[in-house]
Amino acid sequence: MPELPWRLERRPEPSKVMRVAAPLIAAAAMLVTGFVIFAVLGKEPVNALTVFFVEPLTSVYGWGELLLKATPLALCALGLAIGFRANVWNIGAEGQLTLGAICGGGVALFFGVKLGALALPVILVAGIAGGAAWAAIPAYLRTRFNTSEILVSLMLVYIAQLLLAYLLHGAWRDPEGFNFPQSKAFDDNTILPTLLDGQRATWAFPLMLLLAALSWGFSSRLFAGYRMLVSGQAPAAAAYAGFNERRNVWLALLLSGGAAGLAGVCEVVGPIGRLQADISPGYGFAAIIVAFVGRLHPLGIVLAALLMSLLYLGGESVQLGLQLPAAVTGLFQGLLLFYLLAADLFVNFRFRWQHVAVA
Amino acid sequence: MNEVLPAPRLTLRGITKRYPTILANDAIDLTVAVGEIHAVMGENGAGKSTLMKIIYGVTRPDAGSIEWEGRLVSISSPAEARHLGIGMVFQHFALFETLSVAENISLALDERITPAALAPRIRDVAQRYGLPIDPARLVHSMSVGERQRVEIVRCLLQSPKLLIMDEPTSVLTPQAVQQLFATLRRLAGEGMSILYISHKLDEIRTLCDNATVLRAGRVSGTARPREESNASLARLMVGSDLEEQTLIPREAGEIRLELKDFSMAARDPFGTSLQHIDLAVRAGEIVGIAGVSGNGQAELLTALSGEALGAHGGSISLCGQAVDALGAAERRRIGLGFVPEERLGRGAVPAMSLTDNALLTGARAGMVGHGLVKRSVARLAARATISDFQVKCASELSAAERLSGGNLQKFIVGREIRLAPKVMLAAQPTWGVDVGAAQLIHHALIALRDSGSAVLVISEELDELFSLCDRIAVLTAGRLSPPQPRAQLTVEAVGLLMTGTRESAHA
Repeated sequence: MPELPWRLERRPEPSKVMRVAAPLIAAAAMLVTGFVIFAVLGKEPVNALTVFFVEPLTSVYGWGELLLKATPLALCALGLAIGFRANVWNIGAEGQLTLGAICGGGVALFFGVKLGALALPVILVAGIAGGAAWAAIPAYLRTRFNTSEILVSLMLVYIAQLLLAYLLHGAWRDPEGFNFPQSKAFDDNTILPTLLDGQRATWAFPLMLLLAALSWGFSSRLFAGYRMLVSGQAPAAAAYAGFNERRNVWLALLLSGGAAGLAGVCEVVGPIGRLQADISPGYGFAAIIVAFVGRLHPLGIVLAALLMSLLYLGGESVQLGLQLPAAVTGLFQGLLLFYLLAADLFVNFRFRWQHVAVA
Repeated sequence: MNEVLPAPRLTLRGITKRYPTILANDAIDLTVAVGEIHAVMGENGAGKSTLMKIIYGVTRPDAGSIEWEGRLVSISSPAEARHLGIGMVFQHFALFETLSVAENISLALDERITPAALAPRIRDVAQRYGLPIDPARLVHSMSVGERQRVEIVRCLLQSPKLLIMDEPTSVLTPQAVQQLFATLRRLAGEGMSILYISHKLDEIRTLCDNATVLRAGRVSGTARPREESNASLARLMVGSDLEEQTLIPREAGEIRLELKDFSMAARDPFGTSLQHIDLAVRAGEIVGIAGVSGNGQAELLTALSGEALGAHGGSISLCGQAVDALGAAERRRIGLGFVPEERLGRGAVPAMSLTDNALLTGARAGMVGHGLVKRSVARLAARATISDFQVKCASELSAAERLSGGNLQKFIVGREIRLAPKVMLAAQPTWGVDVGAAQLIHHALIALRDSGSAVLVISEELDELFSLCDRIAVLTAGRLSPPQPRAQLTVEAVGLLMTGTRESAHA
């Protein structure tokens, strides 16, 4: 084997600096690669990057969009991170988000007027319950039959989406909607108010920040959170200490399902204002990337969700401004995750220059 | 000796290896002759493992030279080491758990032989060297002791010229140790050189021609073990005299842990079923269970700890309370403490700090209130454990995986003892632990007994059981012999019980 002038050496302690720096390095590498790709595509790279990353944020409306899209991403990712740390792999946040939208939306549609001022709290709770119920299916199957929650939760995504389509093509379709697969618009008392006029971000964003703080407290202060960390990192140690594995699986799936359900209902009673066939551009899946880019830490997740949201906005912006395809969004998301995984190597390892051995 | 002195098989000169935080090897010289059995002794962290890894090509030295049969070599990989004729039996086994013994060995060999073709050769070597293993068995179902046998057989299959053995006897019966020694002597007689890493002074004195003693990365002395006493060798290793531990006879109290006609079928197809076990451990006594791993030790421990609940015959009680249906957490609440055989991943969470590892079993010791973690309490407990048990670590914030095996074991034993258990289970409490740490752990267990706890020790090391226990029983093929007072037993008698019953059970 030829000698390289450097080698990888395990660090004595995992680097705290690198844990924080890795996402920043990944973001920087993503920008550099984006620069090259735009150049190859024949677009003026500096201009293209400006259109991608700066132009969306030049107006109050743009900032509102940033918060608006970051909210469901962060909500889903906060829940997923709790499970991921406990070795419970809920991949189906998109389905739980859909069920949250169906349940919350159903309440808004049929009981919105009757509930009056109580409508919004009831709707949000219904959304959370819907998402949690959908996640309860993989929880039950895993604890009862030892099935893989990865497969079950993922397959339930498609069932949830078809259930929504079924309702919108049938019983819940707006009779005056020209046969579009959508419900009638929700009543005003069931709509989440916006933070400011002239933009679309709602009070779901501060609600998400509150939940981020709560989830931080759950993991770092609550014994239940500690137990889940132990079962994730060392299942045999959890059994040794007598922590109940089934309780952890249930808790992880119910919490992540509930959070995704909340994300879903906040979309339909927020910017969308009705139930329709497509309520999410894959927030539940993108949230998996957000959770890992955010180091499974609540603060990191909020920041990663903002970055991911900017990628969505930038993708739309270059589609309109530079006539680039929609795949650009996915490309940048993929680059970010790819570079993050590469940069993560340096949390535990570092380069060392080789001593040149003289015999 | 011939008129021309043959070149030594291996000569190390000035080997130095620096890791980011410590100087692991500092100018080490070592010479191994053809056909010599050479001991490398030292406490954990003395630099033995690093030195062996350098010889086996796993790591490279920062300075110094290696001569192999009189020729300067640079060993850059284990494959190269094997090519030269160096074989190594590691202390921590690199086996694929989902594969069979033959498949594992087939993967580890540099030549390509199918597992099926290898099986008869494995049986042959296993037979010849008294290391019974079934080539078709899956590794995940094997105990630590049995896995070590696989490693030894794997090495012998490659007929090396230099065999490095890292604490090979800790899992063998006294008779099997004698058998292994006979084998090693025969191999040495055939011209194989053997580097024998151990801290068992008796073994080194019976087996080894020469010894190199390491302390804190340096050679602290060389000796001809046959001309030394245990005390003089220990002094070279530790740097000071060891005090003898004493077990002052005392009256045992009420029964704290009791198994009555306890039977439990093995869950694992290769596990051992427990059959009609009767055992009573009283307050203020230490009962030892001898036997080679794989005879039901793991099953008995999980049945006692509450980690494995299930259908069983007979009954099990703790402090007079039937606990047949109670899980590990409930049994701890009644007063059970437990030091498991596996330290990393079972006794401790590898990536978590010592503080958080104190919390693992400390929930009822004031570290959790109203569902909230009280980190300051856990931190104080971790600190106290570290200082009481002389755990070498940067601080209570160090991750468990950063500690050496012996230091982590001291921490786990200390953590469990601090909880003042009414009944303490300890499995292989000093496995792979150096003399100083082992002595500290023994003292702590004896102090716990003297304070009135009931202590059950499961160990493969007979010396340990004989210096520690009031009564000793033997677990063989899932059956437990009646515990007898230590004074009425000899090492040979226990050894016979371990092998004798075992063979008749197989016949």
